[in-house]
Amino acid sequence: MTWILFLEQALNGLQFGLMLFLLASGLTLVFGVMDMINLAHGALYMVGAFLAAWLVQLTQSFLLGVLLAIPLTALFAMAMELTLLRTLYARDHMSQVLATFSLILIINEGVRMIWGTDMPLPMPSVLSGPVELLPGLYYPSYRLVIIAVGLVLAALLYLAVAHTRAGAWVRAGASNREMAMAMGVNIKALFTLVFGLGAALCAVAGALLGPLLAVQVGMGESILILAFVVIVIGGIGSIWGAFVGSLLVGFVDTFGRTLMPALLREVFPPQVAGAAGPAFASILVYLLMAVVLFVRPQGLFARR
Amino acid sequence: MKRSALPWLLSAALAVAGAALHAQPVSKIKIGLVSTLSGPNGALGEDIRDAFNLAISLNEGKLGGIPVEVVIGDDQFKPDVGKQLFERMVKRDKVDFMTGVVFSNIMLAGLPEAANEKVFYISPNAAPSPLAGKDCNPFFFVASWPNDAYHEMAGQYATNRGVKTAYLLAPNYQAGKDSLAGFKRFFKGKVVNEVYTKLGQLDYSAELAEIRAAKPEVMYAFLPGGMGVNFIKQFVAAGLNKDIRLLLPGFGADQDISRGVGEVMLGINDTAHWALDLNNAANKRFVAEFEKAYKRLPTVYAAQGYDTALILDAAIRSVKGSINDKDALRKALREVKFDSVRGAFRFNTNHYPIQNYYLREVKKDAQGRLVNLLASPQPIMANHGDAYVQDCAMR
Repeated sequence: MTWILFLEQALNGLQFGLMLFLLASGLTLVFGVMDMINLAHGALYMVGAFLAAWLVQLTQSFLLGVLLAIPLTALFAMAMELTLLRTLYARDHMSQVLATFSLILIINEGVRMIWGTDMPLPMPSVLSGPVELLPGLYYPSYRLVIIAVGLVLAALLYLAVAHTRAGAWVRAGASNREMAMAMGVNIKALFTLVFGLGAALCAVAGALLGPLLAVQVGMGESILILAFVVIVIGGIGSIWGAFVGSLLVGFVDTFGRTLMPALLREVFPPQVAGAAGPAFASILVYLLMAVVLFVRPQGLFARR
Repeated sequence: MKRSALPWLLSAALAVAGAALHAQPVSKIKIGLVSTLSGPNGALGEDIRDAFNLAISLNEGKLGGIPVEVVIGDDQFKPDVGKQLFERMVKRDKVDFMTGVVFSNIMLAGLPEAANEKVFYISPNAAPSPLAGKDCNPFFFVASWPNDAYHEMAGQYATNRGVKTAYLLAPNYQAGKDSLAGFKRFFKGKVVNEVYTKLGQLDYSAELAEIRAAKPEVMYAFLPGGMGVNFIKQFVAAGLNKDIRLLLPGFGADQDISRGVGEVMLGINDTAHWALDLNNAANKRFVAEFEKAYKRLPTVYAAQGYDTALILDAAIRSVKGSINDKDALRKALREVKFDSVRGAFRFNTNHYPIQNYYLREVKKDAQGRLVNLLASPQPIMANHGDAYVQDCAMR
């Protein structure tokens, strides 16, 4: 593997990992602060992408559409929290899983009724070409923008959680909810806020990935599974854990997809390697999770 | 003599009566159509369904002179859902024919549900290699093209052009494997690498980085529907189209893909058994009527869906509507004569087509739309069958 190829794959892994982080950070906060398993988190990602596609179409501006989609998704999520999810906090995890799973089905069908099964979300044309980063290293400019946005948001989130009062409440809520309540933190308002924030991050990921992948009903489910893997690896409730976990999953998936078939080709005939390579690569992420669970069952950076 | 002749006579009479009962023309025909109608690959199934329905409605709602009801199901790109739909349509809806599936893995899951109940499946797309050879099935007919065929043509074309190195990419499933086997069968240059990705994968960043490093002369990608749209867009966004020539199978550069990808498709070559401007009366009528009915141009999938209905029409007509005599119906299908939109067509002994394949090119039409037209009216190969027919026990 040449340096150029290695660097390009590293950028790919970083880009994928950062997008996963945007999903996983919201998920881990909701899980950590509210002790609530929200399977419908992926549905918020889908709602964000559809809103972005719709608004980009309406405003004829990619930037404006995406920027409008983010607060709208947050509002949608906060309304959902106030009306429905609030009643679930006191219930056990099984009820939460059942209720939020049914929410996935309802939101999927709702989106299908409003916008149809899929929507076009074109990449802004200025970003549709490659940039030469180093001599010989061309990289799609749109993916670079995604990386930049992901890094900035990760930094902002870190600052907000580590260095603001609201962040201190969130951390207090995540480490000991009862004690935080006893100390006078308005947990109810905090929950709604955290939920809205998580949804806003989802919307960013959905809107940015839309032009690369596809804006379609059901797009949230496959990525939600990976987001759960991330928070299991990183430790529930930990933003730092979600960050490290996301990058780990991003790199393992990207390098696994290209290195595994190459490694197998050294040992097996191309026919076998070609077929077994992708199959092996797709389980690598889960293998990583299994190893982490075995060595550190609470996750790498668990709060509790 | 008399005594011994009696049972013979009786059984002969019974057989005649039975045959007569079988040979009753039916008053109505029910057809089950299972296809991928949602998600990024939904456009493919929609084209098959719409063209199939178009052929029936141009025929005043009849096939072979008998009124038709079409039961439609969306397999959601999932083999298990497809299998359930097949079972439900065959057992509960009691359909007379099944058709519709786009993807080989879904068709292979559903086919036994039909074939075991002696219901004919006429394939408007999926035509995997095992069913052409050792697993060939008396209840399975292919109205499209053998899974390898487009790719064999692409390989032959690359060889004709003197291409030295090629990089191959396909999803990891039966049709993907068939496709790359087909390309390699006729490609005389060097295959630099052969990559299989997860079926339905939408992000190809890791694969594209490897392609850039391998510097092939030609990139051949078998990626139907949304997978292809995403791959080509990302291929262009990564700047690979400047140094590497993209060669595609027919469905990979059709109108639906061009709509999703845009101008960069201009000039891309692909191989197919049909094109919008293929010069025959049936095709002219089909293209005009399809555009009139659905306000878009048909793709190869639509052409295949349309021909599927025409095959049924001709076969049902030739048995005069007596579709319950399965052997007679099979004979009629095997010898079917109809005006295909692709021109000359006949079934091989394994029920796969023997036909011509052409080189096509993405061009602009008078209205400024990206359309896939013949690059040359001369076929790359004429009357081409498949490489598996000798393994099929049906003669």
